[in-house]
Amino acid sequence: MTNRKRVNVFGAGFTSALSSIIAILVGLAVGFVILLATNPAQAVRGVGIIASGGFNGGMKGVGQALYYATPLILTGLSVGFCFKTGLFNIGAPGQLIVGAFAGIWVGANASWIPSPLLWLAALLAAALAGALWGAIPGLFKAMLNVHEVIACIMCNYIGMYAVNYLIKNSNAYDPLKNQTIDMTRAAIPKAGLDKIFYSLKGRFMDASSVNGGIYIALALAVVMYIILNKTVFGYELKACGLNRYASKYAGIQEKRSILLSLTIAGSLSGIAGGLMYLAPAGGLHINVVETLSAQGFNGIPVALLGLSNPIGIIFSALFVAHIDQGGYYLQRLEYMPQIIDIIIAVIIYFSAFALLMRQAIGAIQSRLNSRSAKRREGLADAQEASKHD
Amino acid sequence: MTESTGAWPVIVFLVQQMWYFSIPLLIVALGGMFSERAGVVNIALEGIMVIGAFSSLFLINRLQDTMSGQGLLCLALLMAAGSGMLFTLPHAYASINLRSDQTISGTALNMAAPAIAIYVARTFQDNHVQQVQFRNTFRLASVPILGDIPFIGPLLFKNTYITTFLGFAILIIAAVTLYKTKFGLRLRACGEHPQAADSVGVNVYHIRYAGTLISGALAGVGGLVFVIPTSTDFNATVSGYGFLALAVLIFGQWRPVRVFLAALFFGLMKTIASAYSGVPVLKSLPIPSDIYKMIPYITTLIALALTSKHSQAPRASGVPYDKSGR
Repeated sequence: MTNRKRVNVFGAGFTSALSSIIAILVGLAVGFVILLATNPAQAVRGVGIIASGGFNGGMKGVGQALYYATPLILTGLSVGFCFKTGLFNIGAPGQLIVGAFAGIWVGANASWIPSPLLWLAALLAAALAGALWGAIPGLFKAMLNVHEVIACIMCNYIGMYAVNYLIKNSNAYDPLKNQTIDMTRAAIPKAGLDKIFYSLKGRFMDASSVNGGIYIALALAVVMYIILNKTVFGYELKACGLNRYASKYAGIQEKRSILLSLTIAGSLSGIAGGLMYLAPAGGLHINVVETLSAQGFNGIPVALLGLSNPIGIIFSALFVAHIDQGGYYLQRLEYMPQIIDIIIAVIIYFSAFALLMRQAIGAIQSRLNSRSAKRREGLADAQEASKHD
Repeated sequence: MTESTGAWPVIVFLVQQMWYFSIPLLIVALGGMFSERAGVVNIALEGIMVIGAFSSLFLINRLQDTMSGQGLLCLALLMAAGSGMLFTLPHAYASINLRSDQTISGTALNMAAPAIAIYVARTFQDNHVQQVQFRNTFRLASVPILGDIPFIGPLLFKNTYITTFLGFAILIIAAVTLYKTKFGLRLRACGEHPQAADSVGVNVYHIRYAGTLISGALAGVGGLVFVIPTSTDFNATVSGYGFLALAVLIFGQWRPVRVFLAALFFGLMKTIASAYSGVPVLKSLPIPSDIYKMIPYITTLIALALTSKHSQAPRASGVPYDKSGR
């Protein structure tokens, strides 16, 4: 009886997703309370706007949400990959901006590369630079026992100031706007997406900034899924994350895992920066300001919400970009868009309870299981009895 | 002799500036010490500083037409401590009662803090501006009598704030509390071996709450102390100071006096980064400002690299206490 296969009422994936969904609902509820406190008259409409996100702006709005989701998928993958190895990569903002600058610099300087291939070269440069910026805290952690959170944060600031300095002293600088120049030759192709995500202004097609980068992000999520779940390398990394002493005992090189994990995570964040800023006209530019990249930090909620699962991260990145666009349109009602960051923070806070929620759900589940098992037992007894008759 | 008269004003300037940067680091790092020695990692120090600074400066902004000077500053300090403590409560609850991941709830607070500060500022201020402006009526040009002491006077008692002396007071109180009181002994026990503390009747949950809330109050105060001498408006950021304080805490090996020395060192680095143009020698060097701004963070990394190999954090720091694990 005890060996009978446990009947899982909800399914493991569903149980995990449920805790994220509960966190999202609590976050939105807190957002609603804040809207009520600020201006009760518009609160219901406000929540509606947050929930409909990019759809407030028609197809162009949806395209913008996809454009903002592109780097988030990658920073989410970056943070999530490290979570799987038991590391907290809070260094995504630095890795992103360093990667972005490397990409832009190649885009502006490597004129000998033919235009259709230039964006690819720039993206590779972004990946390499990001990997370097991830490897630094990795080395400090593996070799010198410096906590990766502190090392990553220091690298964020060093990277930000270094990039500010480098931009101002490069030919990719537009001093009038205090930002990087337009990427025309090195822009990632639109891949036909501008024919789908646009809104009409008279007869003018006002296309959104979404481009082929979203395909690259999705493909990389699948690649990370395969690495984590189908390769020995991924298995070793996860083993380190679950129990570093046990995996060391099993012959896994722990230090190598730490270094590789942060390097790969860095390259993912670097690509995020590349995809963000190597955008066609109308896309983002690196502003020379002393602020850390929000897209880098938002990789943390994306990874937590997606439970560090690459496929889950795709959905959570889409969600975060979606409500972020909602915050943009919320300004129509004179609410401040920062409410979205508060909602996201509440969501992370409650996803920290995920374990607790999973335990609670698990308790309900086992109660249901034991009940249905008893019923089946009763049924089997009855059948047995009838056979004997 | 002419050289020393030439260098002396520069040294006085640097030391006076150094207090502005070292004292908040000291206060916040001591806060972190109380939390970690009780067994709760508080990486939310940055966010708590933002909230403490924001709430108290917003208070100053609203009251400055009716009040000014040290009375207003004291009121603001109380506000900073209170709001910091209140803002830390969710983190304490998550890490003590719910035994959730302390890094994650800390990160949540760090993300929420600037968003809350900007949201509230833009909602309640004219023209929806996010900067909270304040008039600095708190500077003491010279402390009576003490300011006239030769040598020490200009270094310690001129161009200063009462917050500097508050910082020294907090240092002494923290050291005495930690090592000479029953509470301090219990606090340290909860951070090293909570099961043992519990077995002799210490309520681990209460002690951990106390440690975490003290860290909240001190980080809140640290936020205000950081902004007042260095700016005249608050823009929802303390530029990574909370994280630097964490590094100071590690560098200071979780001990009050060493934390003080570490804070002095990092304060000096930060001073060089922001006030180098006031030093003729540094100003004449062909080093751009962005490079100077990197110095505190680079030295932090190097200092940690040199000291972390044998770093001894409180043993149970970051480990949720589970009564059934006894």
